[in-house]
Amino acid sequence: MPLYEHIFIARQDISPAQVEGLTETLQKIVTDNGGKIAKAEYWGLRSLQYKIKKNRKGHYSLFNIDAPAAVVHELERQEKINEDILRALTIRVEEHDESPSPVLSRRDRDGRDREGGRDGGREGGRGDRDFGDRGDRGDRGDRGDRGDRGDRGRRF
Amino acid sequence: MAKPFMRRRKTCPFSGEGAPKIDYKDPKLLQRFVSERGKIVPSRISAVSSKKQRELARAIKRARFLALLPYATE
Repeated sequence: MPLYEHIFIARQDISPAQVEGLTETLQKIVTDNGGKIAKAEYWGLRSLQYKIKKNRKGHYSLFNIDAPAAVVHELERQEKINEDILRALTIRVEEHDESPSPVLSRRDRDGRDREGGRDGGREGGRGDRDFGDRGDRGDRGDRGDRGDRGDRGRRF
Repeated sequence: MAKPFMRRRKTCPFSGEGAPKIDYKDPKLLQRFVSERGKIVPSRISAVSSKKQRELARAIKRARFLALLPYATE
């Protein structure tokens, strides 16, 4: 059976307990239809980088699924119906990553970085150019010989 | 360095040993390859190899869809 990674984002106003219930019902769709959940992660309430249906935050959950394609279709169909789910993404992968997602392991560093650092001086007038100079162009190499100048014309 | 204004050739940050894996679930890593405005940085500036740049672009676009990265800021 093919392997999938599946992430869905739930509405910000629902409680963590509700998220858990939602996760269980979705997992049940997979397991009842002959699929397997290899890993389930809950990333917690994260802030979204842009608003989705007027939500600024969302509960992120990740499943690693081992199931036939029909199961994934059914899962996505149910998620489209459910109004608590803002967004879902399924990606087929060659192999599952057993270790916890980078989002979880780097949680603490994430918080520290946000306070100061690079993003602080955002109001620079230069728009996109945060990468600074492009570096030197290197040598241009020799220009080669100039060749003959031709005849000088008649002299008076 | 022989010539005073020759920069050392930069190498791809995703090739070689100990290189990070490009993963759409890792906004912290992908953040380094988008500009302040949220655009993907061209590989001639970030020195990512073209194969990895394609992979990176795909990862960034997936991360954008999941609101892990912005499509545009301001």
